[in-house]
Amino acid sequence: MRNAGPRTRLFLVDDHQLFRSGLRAELEDEFEIVGEAGDVDQAVAGIAALRPDVVLLDVHLPGGGGATVADAIVRRRAGATRFLGISVSDAPEDVIGVIRAGAHGYVTKSISPADLADAIRRVHSGDAVFSPRLAGFVLDAFRGELPTSIDPEMDQLTPREREVLRHIARGFTYKEIGVRLNLSAKTVETHVSSVLRKLQLSSRYELTRWAMDRRMI
Amino acid sequence: MSSTSATHDPRGATGAPDGTDAPGPRRYRFLVRSGRDRILTGTAAGLAETLGIDPLLIRLGFAVLTAAGGAGIVLYLVLWALSTEPDTASPATLSRQRPRNRQIAAVACIVAGSMLFLRGAGIWFGDAVAWPVALAAAGSALIWARSDEGDRQRWARISEHLPGNPMASVLGGRISPLRVAAGALLVAAGMGIFLVANRALASTRTAVLVVLVTAAGLGLILGPWILRLVRDAGEERRQRIRSEERAEIAAHLHDSVLHTLALIQRSDDPADVSALARRQERELRAWLDHRPTPSDHQDLRGAVDALASRVEQLHHVTVDTVVVGDAAVSEHVEALLLACQEAAINAARHSGAPRVSIYVEADPDGITAYVRDEGAGFDVGAVPADRRGIAQSVVGRMRRHGGTATVTSKPGQGTEVHLELPRAAS
Repeated sequence: MRNAGPRTRLFLVDDHQLFRSGLRAELEDEFEIVGEAGDVDQAVAGIAALRPDVVLLDVHLPGGGGATVADAIVRRRAGATRFLGISVSDAPEDVIGVIRAGAHGYVTKSISPADLADAIRRVHSGDAVFSPRLAGFVLDAFRGELPTSIDPEMDQLTPREREVLRHIARGFTYKEIGVRLNLSAKTVETHVSSVLRKLQLSSRYELTRWAMDRRMI
Repeated sequence: MSSTSATHDPRGATGAPDGTDAPGPRRYRFLVRSGRDRILTGTAAGLAETLGIDPLLIRLGFAVLTAAGGAGIVLYLVLWALSTEPDTASPATLSRQRPRNRQIAAVACIVAGSMLFLRGAGIWFGDAVAWPVALAAAGSALIWARSDEGDRQRWARISEHLPGNPMASVLGGRISPLRVAAGALLVAAGMGIFLVANRALASTRTAVLVVLVTAAGLGLILGPWILRLVRDAGEERRQRIRSEERAEIAAHLHDSVLHTLALIQRSDDPADVSALARRQERELRAWLDHRPTPSDHQDLRGAVDALASRVEQLHHVTVDTVVVGDAAVSEHVEALLLACQEAAINAARHSGAPRVSIYVEADPDGITAYVRDEGAGFDVGAVPADRRGIAQSVVGRMRRHGGTATVTSKPGQGTEVHLELPRAAS
């Protein structure tokens, strides 16, 4: 995979020193960890200067949260840096927030090191990484309960995308989904990426409101 | 006071039903209306239970006396006023006595005597009405009053000796063909006489009258049969509800008590064991006191999360939950949740996988749930029939609540349980 070329350059953002150390220890072998940060300002400065391939971005950060970081970098320059959200939080507004800000995936901190490494590789290669939880939130957000958005065509999921998300939500891997739905793994990835795009393009206002409503439940 | 009728000896009641004339001793209540078998107020059935006769005979008697001058209505109202409601919904002692031919004759004699008396006293609608009705009622009684056991056996023996008797085989020996024929003849005769006798009265409306009388005759022949069918269907339904309740309780006990006992057997730590026992006791008491919502959460999300944390706590696995959409937790949704929980517990106990994922989606068509593990899996066809877990707590429970459950598993390839609850049921 990446072994042939230069190693993926990784930047860690998390407000817990201990957790950063743990990530570093687990991921050092496979990735080149170019830097780390514990709050929003450090992170934005570090990422802008170092231009890593992938940023592992904690959702909860002092100074504005992970979404602020991704938003600032993505707006500054549509560069090659990709973001993977990581959090203990499963709250939909956190997850949706960081994806909306431009992250390409979201995983929880309970993920195994091997799965995390795999997720980083996938995000770097341009694919979207959906945890079952995230798939559930996206299905929920696109259930048609949202009132008219800016572009209704763009905001709807196709039945195939819905089916793929449903399988992700049930805990199947892309490969297993490919087998079950009789698709190539590549096609599954394409569906997932287009879901991500729709998520990022859909009406910001409505999605935020949906996320706020969810918290009240 | 259903015990009075339960202990009543039918043979003691074959004579004149003097109990109806004079109030009995105070400690027996004079007449208790039937709570179980009632068409209007249960008075007729109550009287029948007290006397140990088929209620049909009593009802026909009232009908005939009514036709004879309205006396049946008066008598019915008097009896109703004197009778009392049954104590509670006390388990109705099924003390329906088989009428013997002598009883039928006795009731017929009483009714006939009353009619003659009324006729003599001048309370009388006229021969053209009263006698045909009496005749038809006698026919109906002959057909439908239950023959007693000895009678039936005798008829069965006789019909065995008669080669190729289709009626006997059709009716399964329940009602003897001779009775049916004789009864139908009597009803037809009643109808005929009525029509002939009344032709003078209503010559202009003959056609209407014929139709009405025919309908009444058919009612007399078929009515009791339909009534009995309806009643049998009701009884069957009660039986089914009872057995479903039983299955529900069995499923609950399996989910709760048996699981706890299994955990206790595997545990070495006395503190752990007593904690388990205390928790189980608390749960069981709560369940016995008020059929509770085991998940005291009103919405589906909260309930699924609570369920997951219960399974995590007890079985030391990670349970990932994803819920899409939301729904109120009704009785049926609760059954789905319990089936879900049971499937997750099964996965935790038997699959060996460290994590179980639960996916629940509520949409306008209904609720779909998947419980999945990537563990050992098993051969679905090779599960012994006496294992209650899947059969009772998952598949049976879903079926009882109008849903379905499918288990997909292969050795080495994990297990997925798929539950569906249509919106109509939820």
